[in-house]
Amino acid sequence: MNTIRSAVKAANGENLIVRFVRIVGQVTLFFGRLLAQCLPSLARPRLVVHQIYNAGARSLIIIMLSGLFVGMALGLQGYSLLQRFGSEQALGVAAALGLLKELGPVITSLLFAGRAGTSLTSEIGLMRATDQLTAMEMMAVDPMRYVAAPRFLGGIVAMPLLVAIFIAIGLYGTQLVGVQLMGVDTGSFWSQMQAGVDLNDVMEGVYKSLVFGFGCSLIAVYEGYHAPPTAEGVGLATTRTVVASSVLTLLLNYMMTAFFL
Amino acid sequence: MTLTGSRPSPSAAGADRAPADDIIVDARDIHYTIGDRPIFSGLDVQVRKGRITAIMGPSGTGKSTLLRLITAQIQPDAGKVVVWGQDLSQINSREIYALRKRMGMLFQNGALLTDLSVFENVAFPLREHTNLSEPLIRTLVLTKLHAVGLRGAAELMPAELSGGMARRVALARAIVMDPEILIYDEPFVGLDPISLGVILRLIREMNEGLGLTSIVVSHDVQELATIAHDSYLISGGTVVATGTPQELAASGSEVVKQFMTGSDDGPVPFHYPAPDYRKQLMGQSPDEDR
Repeated sequence: MNTIRSAVKAANGENLIVRFVRIVGQVTLFFGRLLAQCLPSLARPRLVVHQIYNAGARSLIIIMLSGLFVGMALGLQGYSLLQRFGSEQALGVAAALGLLKELGPVITSLLFAGRAGTSLTSEIGLMRATDQLTAMEMMAVDPMRYVAAPRFLGGIVAMPLLVAIFIAIGLYGTQLVGVQLMGVDTGSFWSQMQAGVDLNDVMEGVYKSLVFGFGCSLIAVYEGYHAPPTAEGVGLATTRTVVASSVLTLLLNYMMTAFFL
Repeated sequence: MTLTGSRPSPSAAGADRAPADDIIVDARDIHYTIGDRPIFSGLDVQVRKGRITAIMGPSGTGKSTLLRLITAQIQPDAGKVVVWGQDLSQINSREIYALRKRMGMLFQNGALLTDLSVFENVAFPLREHTNLSEPLIRTLVLTKLHAVGLRGAAELMPAELSGGMARRVALARAIVMDPEILIYDEPFVGLDPISLGVILRLIREMNEGLGLTSIVVSHDVQELATIAHDSYLISGGTVVATGTPQELAASGSEVVKQFMTGSDDGPVPFHYPAPDYRKQLMGQSPDEDR
């Protein structure tokens, strides 16, 4: 029995490594094919614009609401902490830096994975399950160009826009609580923010949002494209999209933060 | 009719009756395995120009897989598929797409693009492959929709169509580029008698009116018998009989008779391989008597 157990354990270990290498290889090949179709897909700009609308505009409500509540919580926590040191006037700059460099890109990316990423995966997975992708191939239309590339590009474009909106609404939420509720001076709030935030801080958020948009969109499109054509297969692929995108977002965020420091 | 054994020779499957230049799809000695399960082991199928060729066989014999081989969606483990003189294993994806532009395929479920209207679905290949003006596209699409009786449904979305209507729209889409080969994958499944009659009539009319070559995969023997010129009966990974549907119906072969009469008693087993029924019910191991 022990022999069987150790054999199974060894086989599982081997399978795990082989599986990891296989998945990395598959994603790399898929990315290569996707990249090759990005330029041709721009010949139909309507498709890309439609996907920016799908991934971006349709995520606006959740992004704006989350941004507002995160900003308000940041206002409360920030005020409470800064008041201990008598520097509550620095609430504006603290919130701005927190939102620009960390909270904005990370939370938007996590929300994007849950809202737009799942939508992309399930949509493409169902297209596969209902033979729509095969039908395109039979009509000599590459689904990578018509389906995958526009969605990938749409996600990359939508993410920085959503992050910008999240940060703007978040700052409004912080101002609402800090200035309107807790009584921080309006002039100090905005002027300290203006003085304390430079272009590098803004660019850090922009770079992060672009990288997260790239990663989350690639995962969503890859999982959908390779989802087994069954209800269970599409469901599992959708779950994998959320899990993988979230973990990747947090990992990349740590690496990029370390890089920018 | 040609009856073949479990492993027919390449010439036994009907090719010997047709001149070589008349054959536009030639699948020779095809072997194909999915996982550990062999689907084809020495399959030979030839499709002749301008004719309706029926591919018949019990469920799970690989009829749809054969279509995927013919359309280069998959490659055989051994053997070769030649379409219009081109060996599909020797051509690149650009050449495969060029071949597919000359083919049309009707899927079992229609496979309409769900985010496009009926009109846009039929217009899709034209928009992707031609630079025709919008008025000309409109004329072509409406002509094809009229041919399948759905000109009035042009503005509907696929979700608003019945199964039969969706298949007719898919047929209009399949013929909009005027293909030379039209491939039908189980076109009669789940259709009411009226829709079935319409699809049958359309297949025949398309073939005669447009001079197409048609390949119809189905297990609906009675329906196919009314339209097919040539038939292949596939079972056990190989062609077990070829000929006209009438020749197949008159066959003395047990396999052919079982399939044509729909009997569950014959060489093709009704039950999937399983251990002894009584022993399994009693909870005994199949090896217990050994």
